[in-house]
Amino acid sequence: MAALLNMLVFPGFLFLSVFGMYCSFLERKLYARLQSRIGPPWFQPYADFVKLVAKENIMPEDANPVMFSLMPVFALTAVTTAVLYIPIWGTQALFSFTGDIIVVLYLLTLPTVAFFIGGWYSTSLYARIGAVRTLGQLFAYEVPLFMSVLAPAILAESWSLSGISLYYSQHPWYCLFNAIGFVISLVAMLAKLEKAPFDIPEAETEIGGGCFTEYSGRLLAFFKLALMIEMVVGGALLSSVFLPFGLASGPVVGFILFLVKSVIVVGLFAVAHALLARLRIDQILDFCWKLMIPAALVQVVVNLIIKMVIR
Amino acid sequence: MLKVAVQTACCAPATLLYPFVKRQRPKGFRGMLKFYPEKCIGCKMCMRDCPSNAINIKKVGEKQFEAEINLGRCIYCAQCVDSCPKKALEATTNFELAQVDKKKLHITFVNPKNEVE
Amino acid sequence: MAQSNSFKIPIGPQHPALKEPESFSVALRGEKILGVDIRLGYNHRGIEKACEERTFLQDVYLIERVCGICSHSHSTCFVQAVEEIANLDVPKRGLYIRTLFAELERVHSHLLWLGVAGHEIGFDTLLMYTWKDREVVMDILAMLSGNRVNYGMNTIGGVRRDISPEQIQEVLKGMDILEEKTKYYIEVASQEATIINRLSGVGVVSKEDAIRLGAVGPTARASGVDRDMRRDDPYAAYPDVQFDVILDDHNDVYGRTVVRLKELMESYKIIRQLLKKIPDGPIAIKAPRKIPAGEAFSRYEAPRGEDVHYVKSNGTEKPERVKVRAPTLANVQVVKHMLKDRYLADMPIVIAAIDPCFSCTDRSIALHRHDSRKRDVVIWETVRLAGIEWYKKNGIDFTALNKRFMARLQK
Repeated sequence: MAALLNMLVFPGFLFLSVFGMYCSFLERKLYARLQSRIGPPWFQPYADFVKLVAKENIMPEDANPVMFSLMPVFALTAVTTAVLYIPIWGTQALFSFTGDIIVVLYLLTLPTVAFFIGGWYSTSLYARIGAVRTLGQLFAYEVPLFMSVLAPAILAESWSLSGISLYYSQHPWYCLFNAIGFVISLVAMLAKLEKAPFDIPEAETEIGGGCFTEYSGRLLAFFKLALMIEMVVGGALLSSVFLPFGLASGPVVGFILFLVKSVIVVGLFAVAHALLARLRIDQILDFCWKLMIPAALVQVVVNLIIKMVIR
Repeated sequence: MLKVAVQTACCAPATLLYPFVKRQRPKGFRGMLKFYPEKCIGCKMCMRDCPSNAINIKKVGEKQFEAEINLGRCIYCAQCVDSCPKKALEATTNFELAQVDKKKLHITFVNPKNEVE
Repeated sequence: MAQSNSFKIPIGPQHPALKEPESFSVALRGEKILGVDIRLGYNHRGIEKACEERTFLQDVYLIERVCGICSHSHSTCFVQAVEEIANLDVPKRGLYIRTLFAELERVHSHLLWLGVAGHEIGFDTLLMYTWKDREVVMDILAMLSGNRVNYGMNTIGGVRRDISPEQIQEVLKGMDILEEKTKYYIEVASQEATIINRLSGVGVVSKEDAIRLGAVGPTARASGVDRDMRRDDPYAAYPDVQFDVILDDHNDVYGRTVVRLKELMESYKIIRQLLKKIPDGPIAIKAPRKIPAGEAFSRYEAPRGEDVHYVKSNGTEKPERVKVRAPTLANVQVVKHMLKDRYLADMPIVIAAIDPCFSCTDRSIALHRHDSRKRDVVIWETVRLAGIEWYKKNGIDFTALNKRFMARLQK
């Protein structure tokens, strides 16, 4: 019973949806203010969701109905499950076991694959180009993201998110060694969430919607909700690995700090969106493989050396 | 770029909450036409020069004229204002002329002397 | 789908990348473009025919509405042609006011283009900033002429409205603000890495190709082709002002951005000179309603390039033939060349870089063959060759006519 409540309400689906949509509003508001516009009111993402759910679901004739309809639900489930392993209000997550950091990273990859499959099975030209671009971008950012998130794990000698948080709460100053990794993982998270400057899979001015071109109604609402929740979960992952301040000072304080950290990460995303133009897919691949991966390698090596020094 | 962006974020936004906040139109703005029936002499130069046949001068009595203007056809160029030798036409600054019913777009400037009859 | 290597994707007629409808049918292999098929004509409204049914004065307003952004260009070009046929001497003040509006229109058009280019590469912040600054120009234009677009300033024989000294002060203040902002945009364009990455090396046209394909305006000047109608064939008040023609040798979209930004600075210079030197006097000369018979050819440097109008009159109130050749028609041939072997992601910015105004461009040609009852829609080149042949058969040789223009162009 308690587990069901956890899954559905807190920190499960309901909390994530509400908080995710609120973060989406914050991002759009900050983005608008940076451009000297007013921006949407606080209820805009909720209103969008309700409107989309109420609209008709149109499926293209050639599309595979099972895959087409399944992918949004699949993506939503994956991101909602990932939050169960991330410590939100203390150093212990709801469920934890050794190696759950890999599981969380894997669960966060699933939405991207769901977008690809959804776009591919839409059989429309624009959707297929968008789907292929999503996959191409996956090749670019996965390696730096994994390496930079695993580097603090090497220092903490633990493969469980809860263990990592515990370690860093006990030795808070060691977080500074992961600074490079933090920057790299922020950039890679931008690419994962398909936000500017890496939003070419959904480049509106070129292919009018990318993987989501043929989606409408309820399925589109779920895809968008999955994206918003992915933003929160990704932010939570980054803040639990790189910024575990205050997680040990009790559940309420820890939870509030978690909210604050997520909002800061969302604010950084909005600033990046406003200040940078979109990169082409070949430029993204160049940038990630030639710049980010060497930097991530440097971070891993630095952490290994420090571990040896500590011993 | 970052500095300018942050400055912009701190200042008030440039968007106006129209229709609650409206900007003043400049003085010479070419909006809806206004016709003075007492000045009109019925030469119909405005009808000749109108690019879209939006104005129609009707005779309603001895040297009394009325103007029918089709706001949907008018392109608000104010050529009729320039062509009129007696300055019987004037461009106001009213531009909020949208209607749902097309018939309401036909405006007639009645001659007061005609109404009395 | 998995087996075939190339497929055709339709960009347009309705597409988020295009501000106006045109059909670009792009053959793709993966992300690489193999070729582009361009079809024009979605904005054809029959303006040239409509001009023949209206008097010259009514036509001034009709021609102005060929395009919203370069409305004054078309109107001035037409009025210049009519004034040449009727041999009217427009007073100096009228010419100065016309030129003032021409340069203000260039400012507003280039700022609009900057925003659109920013939007096409995903940089919406640039769009918002440039369009906010464009409001300064739009307010000045509304104050001077009564409308933000389609100013209606021209009449046959001069301009319709005068400007007062207070308005001149407002314009100068606006120019100071805009000059600051343009300097900032030049800085952004030269230092912002993502912009440079997206715009450089894209849409490359060498100087020889630009001349061969007939590019005009900033598209050609960014490839080093030294052609500007304001200097080569001066009209209105341009003989009295000092300005530089901006050339660039980047040959790509980045070069076009630089050319347009620097042209903005030149426009501010020109506007300031005009307002300082503007003479007193009448603003228009009375024009007859019946224009005497004759024909004239008028050229104008619109913000997008060389705009060409041909007017033929036969002594009545209505023109016999009006022909409009907008600059985008010349530049759209270059798009095919620019997009070969590039990526799909470059498509919107390359099309946006020629500053397309398809409303100006669309004049469709339907060929009615005498021998059959079929109607064909033919491409421009076929018509041009057929036209030259027909005129040769009837004793008119175009090469003589061309020599005068060619001599001026190749200066």
